Amino acid sequence: MSEHEPSIRPYILVFLALMVLTAATVLVAKLDLGIANDVVALVIAVTKATLVVLFFMHVKYSTRLTKLTVIGSVLWLSFLIGVTMMDYASRRMSDEVRGAPYEAPGRGMAGQLGEGEDSTPVPAPAALHDR
Amino acid sequence: MSHAVSTDIHAPSGGTNYLNDGYGLRSWLLTKDHKRIAILYLISVTVFFFIGGIMAMLIRLELLTPEGDLLQADTYNRVFSMHGITMVFFFLIPSIPAILGNFLVPLMIGAKDLAFPRINLLSWYLYIFGGAFTLWAMIHGGVDTGWTFYTPLSTQYAQGQVMMAALGVFIAGFSSILTGLNFIVTIHRMRAPGMTWFRMPLFIWSHYATSLIMLLGTPVIAVTILMVAAERALHLGLFDPRLGGDPVLFQHLFWFYSHPAVYIMVLPAMGVVSELIAAFSRKPVFGYKIVAIASIAIAVLGFLVWGHHMFVSGQSIYASTVFSLLSMLVAIPSAVKVFNWTATLYEGSVSWDTPMLYALGFIGLFTIGGLTGVMIATLGIDVHLHDTYFIVAHFHYVMVGGTIMAYMGGLHYWWPKITGRKYRPFWAKISAMLVFVGFNLTFFPQFLLGYLGMPRRYWSYAPEFQVLNVLSTAGASILAIGYLLPAIYFTWSMRYGEKAEDNPWGAVGLEWQTSSPPPTFNFHETPIVTHDAYDYHHQRPTIAAKGEAALG
Amino acid sequence: MAGQAAHHPALQHHFDTLEQQKESSSLGMWMFLVTEVLFFGGLFATYVIYRLRFPGVFAEASHHLNVPMGAINTAVLICSSLTMALAIYSAQVNRKKAIVPWLLATIALGATFLVIKAFEYKEKFTHHLVPGPNFDLSQFTPDHARPAEMFFSLYFVMTGVHALHMIIGIGLLSWLVVQSRKGRFDSTYYNPLEMSGLYWHFVDIVWIFLFPLLYLLGYHAR
Repeated sequence: MSEHEPSIRPYILVFLALMVLTAATVLVAKLDLGIANDVVALVIAVTKATLVVLFFMHVKYSTRLTKLTVIGSVLWLSFLIGVTMMDYASRRMSDEVRGAPYEAPGRGMAGQLGEGEDSTPVPAPAALHDR
Repeated sequence: MSHAVSTDIHAPSGGTNYLNDGYGLRSWLLTKDHKRIAILYLISVTVFFFIGGIMAMLIRLELLTPEGDLLQADTYNRVFSMHGITMVFFFLIPSIPAILGNFLVPLMIGAKDLAFPRINLLSWYLYIFGGAFTLWAMIHGGVDTGWTFYTPLSTQYAQGQVMMAALGVFIAGFSSILTGLNFIVTIHRMRAPGMTWFRMPLFIWSHYATSLIMLLGTPVIAVTILMVAAERALHLGLFDPRLGGDPVLFQHLFWFYSHPAVYIMVLPAMGVVSELIAAFSRKPVFGYKIVAIASIAIAVLGFLVWGHHMFVSGQSIYASTVFSLLSMLVAIPSAVKVFNWTATLYEGSVSWDTPMLYALGFIGLFTIGGLTGVMIATLGIDVHLHDTYFIVAHFHYVMVGGTIMAYMGGLHYWWPKITGRKYRPFWAKISAMLVFVGFNLTFFPQFLLGYLGMPRRYWSYAPEFQVLNVLSTAGASILAIGYLLPAIYFTWSMRYGEKAEDNPWGAVGLEWQTSSPPPTFNFHETPIVTHDAYDYHHQRPTIAAKGEAALG
Repeated sequence: MAGQAAHHPALQHHFDTLEQQKESSSLGMWMFLVTEVLFFGGLFATYVIYRLRFPGVFAEASHHLNVPMGAINTAVLICSSLTMALAIYSAQVNRKKAIVPWLLATIALGATFLVIKAFEYKEKFTHHLVPGPNFDLSQFTPDHARPAEMFFSLYFVMTGVHALHMIIGIGLLSWLVVQSRKGRFDSTYYNPLEMSGLYWHFVDIVWIFLFPLLYLLGYHAR
């Protein structure tokens, strides 16, 4: 874990990079890039987090087991989010096949995924009959 | 498996051991010795087991007749909820890891203690605090949500002490996390010289896999319970349909932990059974490496199948199909284990001591539980059987027929090591038989009831189900006697039992090479491991099989 | 490996060497952080599902958050991560006198974060943006009002749990200040510093994600 010679330089450089990236993420958010806004924000956040993990948390100089631990935790987080998404991403398709959603009319929340700005919590009754 | 340097295995087990190293209450309640903490767990987990057992008896007594004679609907809901909560969170999850695991993990790998003894004690206290909150909730009216705390019932409609019970489960969750953390670090960092990964007993492998699940799953249920509490107490709306929230999301988060939690309960049991089968067949476990890897495979696959609890929840049918297929994959490593245990028995010198009876019981009952699991993982079948007694029977075959069988087997096997005393094999065998017969009589009729369509979680049922329900209740009474007997003869043995030798079973494994009960720091000298696990072929002739013949 | 380090006063009885003890606590801390990742993971999963369900609502609701305050807090936390790293660095190179000042700087920055956060919370209370009976639905497009309440539920739970972690972190650091004053840490033994540092940086990382996800969603449309 402490095989490398400790030096102050990388800390300062990483710190500056983090500050620049923070400014960048705020500035980019001011532009209307559509879906790319989200992508850029996430890419910047992941980059910042990676810098912190590698340098401030010394993972770059750590054992293989530590690196594996970091990768494992991210992998399991992606299981949690990804597999849950599997349900929500196909909910609408599923409701169409199944005929009627299990949820009571008037709620009609199932499978609103990806409807963009139009998503409303209470769809018009007519919309329910269309299914 | 190994030889302890300059430690004579026949040395009499006199002198200082962990039990007589300090006597006051303080020396127990502030102990950092993993073996004493295991005893603390043994006592407290047993208390919760009997509390949960009383609830179970109330349920079975009520179901003796179709009408609500003993309990009415609301009381019945509270009783089965508290049965589930105590048994799952305060008995099954801590049972094998926190008692046998705590005692044996350092011994089996030749360590002086777990890596973080103070954290180990802390996790017992967390367990006790969590249990105290749950008991408080039970005394002040209980909860009627089932052990699953489904929203919006738990957040908006439930009347009982949901907050307190949830808080209890939340706190106990941290106990489980810290135990898992301790095991992982101990297994990575504290192994004796020569104890390579593939020389570790399978008990250690299965505890490693279990600990991974505890670490990766438990925090998710903790935060989910936190969200339910925030919704119930602070009127935040995270699963509230009126705000556009989705109660099904609660189920996703809940089962992300609670399905793998099934493997927290059964993986350690598999580890115990591997030890027992090897010791009582006098053979190395067949396909040792595959069995070890199967434990890890079950832990990993177990995280990808939770949606099979939600086939009728409104979940997408496409997701359900994927979950159904993935669920069946879990059967592969599980079956590998069953086949390998069976192959281990082949041409072994099998002895029929009490622990072996439990181990064989485990194999049979777990197989039934597992195969019915494949049945209800099948999407089409589950839609019919969901929320019927078939499900109840299925998971009791895995939990009671699997975990508790192995737990009892392990307790009998290591009892001489833990206490330094021997129990009476006659009574032990009687109780093992009673448990097996009582268990099957209790739960097999429930398969039939479920298949015939009797729904779970109701206080009353249609009259045509009565015969099978009476059988089930009769079985539960036999089962209760089977569980009460060990409590009596184990307690008896602690005072009046004959002193146990260091290795009464003639088994291999580092835990048998130290004295019974072990000294405070486990080994007089750090053992050096030179052989693989279950090295019964290289066993010294002087420690040939003695078995319970020598006990009685 | 054994030998010279074996009789260090910080060596606990059940470890053979200080190296083994250090590796164990490091692994233990990382395992703890894994549980933290999944603890926050449950919240992030909830966020992702609802965000994809109500992208418009979330963007509109985020207009009610104070971006300058959030951005300043991000900078404050990054500074505190730097000072934390420098405290550990001081121990590594045996500059024992520098440890306490860097720790105090970290505590001060952490406290600054919490104070700014408290002002933000106060703003939400005065604007009736706290979910519950007092939530003012009229500030939103009618269709969006109820799910916007959910956005604020998420906002309070996520930032609240994060703030709780900050408070625990400040407690840890205060304990380290006391220990450092006693001269416990030097280049041979600074394990508790390193472990607390890992925790502190982790809490920083959580905020690095919370800031864009909660504050910057609909920034361009304001």
